[in-house]
Amino acid sequence: MADAPVIDVAGLQKRYGSIDAVRGLDLQVPRGSIFGFLGRNGAGKTTTIKVLLGMTRPSGGAARVFGLAADAPGASVEIRRRTGFVSEDKELYDFMTVAEIVRFTAPFFPRWRRDLEERYMRSFELPPDAKVKTLSRGTRTKLALLLALCRGAELLVLDEPTAGLDPAAAEDVLQTLVVHAGRDETTVFFSSHQIAEVEQIADRIAIVDRGRTALAGALDDLRESFRRVQLVFDREAPQASFRAAGVARVRRQGRVLTVIASGGAEPILDEARALGPVSVDVGPVTLKEIFLETVASEE
Amino acid sequence: MLFRPNPSLGVPIYLQLMEQVKHAVETGALRPGDQLPGIRPLAEELVINPNTVAKAYRELEHDGVIELRHGAGAFVTAHGARGKAADTVRAAQPVVAAAVERLRARGLTDEEIRRLFEAELAGLTRTGGQRG
Repeated sequence: MADAPVIDVAGLQKRYGSIDAVRGLDLQVPRGSIFGFLGRNGAGKTTTIKVLLGMTRPSGGAARVFGLAADAPGASVEIRRRTGFVSEDKELYDFMTVAEIVRFTAPFFPRWRRDLEERYMRSFELPPDAKVKTLSRGTRTKLALLLALCRGAELLVLDEPTAGLDPAAAEDVLQTLVVHAGRDETTVFFSSHQIAEVEQIADRIAIVDRGRTALAGALDDLRESFRRVQLVFDREAPQASFRAAGVARVRRQGRVLTVIASGGAEPILDEARALGPVSVDVGPVTLKEIFLETVASEE
Repeated sequence: MLFRPNPSLGVPIYLQLMEQVKHAVETGALRPGDQLPGIRPLAEELVINPNTVAKAYRELEHDGVIELRHGAGAFVTAHGARGKAADTVRAAQPVVAAAVERLRARGLTDEEIRRLFEAELAGLTRTGGQRG
């Protein structure tokens, strides 16, 4: 039996005054997945996360977490009780020490994991007596992550968790997410504009662009279905429009015609050959290219 | 580290991992009865998704390369290492060597030869054949 998705968003809209931050966004996040929420800055990622946690109300559409409508009365409290959230700014009480903020946070959560607390204090090398405001960006992120993980949450929501971290600290954060995802059915939902880290640990992704879901699915499926077909001609590449479905982009450059196909190369090969190229090459498309094609194609 | 998939290649990570396990078996780096790392430890070491490792192991079991013993872990099978993978691949090597030699004799560069092989494997010529 297929589990209901942990996060289920349909046609979400959010308008701030005259600005449409989110304009019809869809998301299904299955339980136990590491879900990469990918988009440029300003694409609507943070707004969507705020709606999910009940921190702001949607202007239209539906957002459900654990089956609860995020804007229903009382739902926000329930959702946040079961969710570990690391905000983009890693908001923490700056005046406390590391040990104080941990002792302050723990009593709010009956399922507080003392074992994890001890483990991450050690492995993240968090200085217990240092004031939070004196911590480096990397250490601050690790502290925020510890506070999110130790509450025994079944869903982790992280907004740009590795932004501004050096590569070693970023890898520590990613590894921690890998360790927790799927264990005790924990689901990880993280936003990022770092394509490399998304393709490293995510099994499912959504690419959001200008407030809409431009592309979503299992990362392996996307990698297997996107293909670059490159045609070389002995003359100027012809103007070509393909009838086959799944042509994401056609680009002409001198004698070269490059086609990005979203449904595999097969459907367009016959049409491609009919153009009379001297050579046909098919290759994989990286997530970075998929991202750029998806985000650029509306322009 | 025996395995090192590259997430940025555009090839699914589970396929890369499968290839690397098969390669390790073919070269004898992994032998029949050898135990592979557990799904979680390997995912954590490579910092990749545990579902990706699980998928690679399932497919490798399907291909007969490894055997998943419930609760005990993943082990290289006797026939996976011997019969299919190692011997067949070793036997095929002279065929490839001969083809490469002939192509070089025709003046093709290694890079051109590699591209021809890749195009062939990508199924370009196969589709052309079916059409005709």
